Amino acid sequence: MNLILVGMNHKTAPVEVRECMAVATSDASRLLSEVVNHPLVSECLLLSTCNRVEALAVTRDPERAAGYLINLLARNHGSDAAALAPHFYVLHGRNAVCHLFRVSSSLDSMVLGEPQILGQVKDAYRVAVRHNASGAILNRLMHRALFVAKRVRSETGIGSAAVSISYAAVELARKIFEDLSEKKVLLIGAGEMAELAVRHLFRNGVRDMVVANRTFERALDLASQFKGKAVLMEEVEQRLREVDIVISSAGARDYVITYSQVQGLMKKRKNRSLFFIDIAVPRNIDPRINELPNMYVYDIDELQHVVEYNLREREAEAVRGERIVREECIKFEKWFHTLDVVPTVKNLVDWAEGIRARELQKTIPRLGALSSEQTEVLDAMTASLVKKLLHNPVTFLKRDRRHEESTGGELALVRRLFDLNEVD
Amino acid sequence: MTALLLKGILAAYLAGALFYVLYVFAQKTVLSHTGLATLGAGFLFQTLDFLIRYQTVGHFPVVTFQQTLSFFAWAVAGGFLLLQLRFNLRVLGALVAPLALCLVLGSSLTPGEPSLPKLSHQSVWLPIHVISVFLGNGIFALAFLVSLLYLLQERSIKGKKLGFFFKRLPPLHRMDSINYRCLMVGFPLLSLGMVSGSIYAQVSLGSYWRWDPMEVWSLITWFLYAALLHQRITMGWHGRRAAVMSIIGFLILLFTFLGAGTLMQGYHTFAQPGETS
Repeated sequence: MNLILVGMNHKTAPVEVRECMAVATSDASRLLSEVVNHPLVSECLLLSTCNRVEALAVTRDPERAAGYLINLLARNHGSDAAALAPHFYVLHGRNAVCHLFRVSSSLDSMVLGEPQILGQVKDAYRVAVRHNASGAILNRLMHRALFVAKRVRSETGIGSAAVSISYAAVELARKIFEDLSEKKVLLIGAGEMAELAVRHLFRNGVRDMVVANRTFERALDLASQFKGKAVLMEEVEQRLREVDIVISSAGARDYVITYSQVQGLMKKRKNRSLFFIDIAVPRNIDPRINELPNMYVYDIDELQHVVEYNLREREAEAVRGERIVREECIKFEKWFHTLDVVPTVKNLVDWAEGIRARELQKTIPRLGALSSEQTEVLDAMTASLVKKLLHNPVTFLKRDRRHEESTGGELALVRRLFDLNEVD
Repeated sequence: MTALLLKGILAAYLAGALFYVLYVFAQKTVLSHTGLATLGAGFLFQTLDFLIRYQTVGHFPVVTFQQTLSFFAWAVAGGFLLLQLRFNLRVLGALVAPLALCLVLGSSLTPGEPSLPKLSHQSVWLPIHVISVFLGNGIFALAFLVSLLYLLQERSIKGKKLGFFFKRLPPLHRMDSINYRCLMVGFPLLSLGMVSGSIYAQVSLGSYWRWDPMEVWSLITWFLYAALLHQRITMGWHGRRAAVMSIIGFLILLFTFLGAGTLMQGYHTFAQPGETS
């Protein structure tokens, strides 16, 4: 019994190839039902995201199964398998397991540590379960994969710091204000990037916003999207008194908000903190405002630095994630090996012998003084009981199964049935 | 028994300090939980220690310099435990536990004073005075520590260096509001301590106010905290300025306690407890 993984990702295939390989959800169902009926493959799972298409399978003939799966994925989009072959990777056994763990932990993602992948892996597994394509081995493997992902996320800082400009702005806002739900945002200029930043702020609790824009119509438009208020550019100074976060992206040549302007407002604002996010080039907000008490100014370059710094941090954390992945991979492999016939039979016999020995030890003292012949008889009797009880299961396990598909599943079932110790 | 308890207290605060400092680096909650538990154990040991001493001496057992140092540690640790119930401020433990440890250590190294001061220890005003003053001191110590963290965090945000401290320290707003709450609780305690102290002075020495150095310096501290509280309420003062003022206030407080309490001459002076000039 073998595990294989075939697929392509952003490292092996350019976007033109990946986009045509992507498997739509409806297709995934169809493909899966086709795969599970194939004699080569006993269990299968399909994972398709914007950066990868992968098929994970349990098979007794890895070479042929790999060819079959590549063909299947290529055919799904009417492409020629031979032309696509260089973009595919085929991983076996431990490498396949490690890769899956790495993918679910977001260590293989384009943006290291991005959180979406875990949900996508879960969905892929759910679809496989729905089509009865996941059996004893994939079930366990996928549970381990989700567990590893959780471990990596909680034990390393891989997903902790913001790696986009708008997230970095939100992270800063939270480190200044903590709770954003009572905070009000003023948007100066209604560019796309500013809109994205506002969207992130709203997702993090902000509920109130004001937009000022040269073209008032666009301001009205954006304000209605966020249930905010549109104002004229001339009203900005007035509005500065009541807001807590200012995002500016106006295409102005000069500072829209000056040092003296803000300094004059401090008293009227009762010294409340104010956070300026200046994503305009040239800058709209006088950077000297940062020197005023409780005023914080970040321009686009500074936010970009934060992002780069965080990315480097993530790379360092990824190394620790990698260690966890390897560790878990080895554990899984150990379990996988127990699915061989010989260790299973041995475990089963050990288990029964253990019971026999314990029961004998308990019983003999309670029978009072026994002669050595009597003890021998008891011993022989229990030994024969164990042997007879195990005869059928052991023969069942040891039978010739070269022409069967799913030994792994049977062995796993036997192990669960007798609660044979698993490597965890 | 008390010697054993002292060892227990020192060990608990030392362990608390170690776990909290480790927590700051490794960021594992299990470390901060252990730190909190050991710090809490130290606090309980100290409480037990006070009760035993109260039993043996028969009056409120916080009179000598040695005893007040230890009581100070108790107030700081207790204040932090209360804060931790309400706010998540685990990093502060890395400063609180070492402070409590140093205070207890200082207390245990100070020579004991066998002769009791001549002042009446039976008056009810003495415990009220000492308890409110040192609870206030403990809370101002917390305000001081949280202000240090505030300045550190503000520096990383304003200086745009979002590294080690930025990630580990709590949001500015949380630290500022803890500072504010400490002031709101500490100030009435300090006031009560001064009023009860002057009543105690009237009862035992015959006058409310004697221009003793500790009295004068306490009054200065009181005015400083009063000014800060006033500015906070009316002008919305917060952040850096409030943090700096909390730090200055506590340093004066510390000077009042250590400097005026041991170096200068006055009836508060611990080293010559009986001298009332």
